[in-house]
Amino acid sequence: MDYRSPLAKVRGLGSAKTGTSHWWMQRVSAVALIPLSYWLMTFLTLSFHAPYQAMVAWLIAPVNTVCIIAWILAAFYHAALGLQVVIEDYVAAEGIKIIAVWTVNISFFMLVLAALVSVFRILMIG
Amino acid sequence: MAEFTLPKNSKLIAGKTYKAPIGTSNSRQFEVYRWDPDNSENPRIDSYELDMDDCGPMVLDAILKIKNDIDSTLTFRRSCREGVCGSCAMMVNGKNTLACTKAIDSYSGTIKVFPLPHMQVVKDLVADMSNFYAQYASIQPWIVTQTPAPADRERLQSKADREKLDGLYECVLCACCSTSCPSYWWNSERYLGPAVLLQAYRWLVDSRDENTGARLDELEDPFKLYRCHTIMNCTDTCPKGLNPAKAIAETKKLLMQRK
Repeated sequence: MDYRSPLAKVRGLGSAKTGTSHWWMQRVSAVALIPLSYWLMTFLTLSFHAPYQAMVAWLIAPVNTVCIIAWILAAFYHAALGLQVVIEDYVAAEGIKIIAVWTVNISFFMLVLAALVSVFRILMIG
Repeated sequence: MAEFTLPKNSKLIAGKTYKAPIGTSNSRQFEVYRWDPDNSENPRIDSYELDMDDCGPMVLDAILKIKNDIDSTLTFRRSCREGVCGSCAMMVNGKNTLACTKAIDSYSGTIKVFPLPHMQVVKDLVADMSNFYAQYASIQPWIVTQTPAPADRERLQSKADREKLDGLYECVLCACCSTSCPSYWWNSERYLGPAVLLQAYRWLVDSRDENTGARLDELEDPFKLYRCHTIMNCTDTCPKGLNPAKAIAETKKLLMQRK
């Protein structure tokens, strides 16, 4: 039997005084992805049709290098923020929640690293 | 925790059927959720055929007719019968509303009456509102000031400032919006829900209140406020035509503004 009053349960541990940045960065990365995804369509079309060397030459142009790195950062950051919200929504068990959130964060961090290394390898080695 | 299937003891079974009196030319079928805590039976759906020529126009009139004429054990809350007390909030044909202001004629065919979704049921159509009311109390829904009230008059407010409360003060706390919100279903022990957040915003924008910063501190939390994912069920279902989703968005804007 739980004898705590409903108000005590609702107040719980109080406010975390955080969450605004998480929410805002989700919006910022979403907006950033709109123009970047238009660029990505060009990139994908080229990568399916152009020969490899032409593709590398295209990617070496500074604007395209910046765009692909920006897309990788924005997309993976946005995905990590979003998945964290999904996990917090549906997973109530505190231990599993923390492990799941950190698994997501570390996975996306590793994916960003792998993607960036791939980009630089293509640019430098060809 | 998110629950996608009903627990075993909540599975619905078919209940009794009450036919309309012989000679009824204008009958209408009502299927009503019934659950009695005093026995161990599963909840059931009882079916009532009512003579519409001898029944008031609103869904609440039909429920009252069932209680008065057919089955006095049917349990529900009601008081004002004109949409200002918020007692008779229930789910009618899959959408939360006040039974007293919803016309039977606005539906076609069978009318299904259920308690507010994803709430603990006390009996039949009565939901346990303790958590909801505690959440309301937790946002301190009263004016908080340091400045003493003027000795000779009330605290003044400009016409423009008073208008900011329109669309907020009309909320009757029926909980239709909160209990229609999937985020509230999954996390009602931590997420305050649209009704309470609308009330919180009502005090954030009150020009006479002097506690805005502390109120925002209390709300700034991944669960209390940011479980709102602009699903908009709240605004869609509000029987008073209010817009809790907008109040929540305005609260988020205030939090951004002070960053």
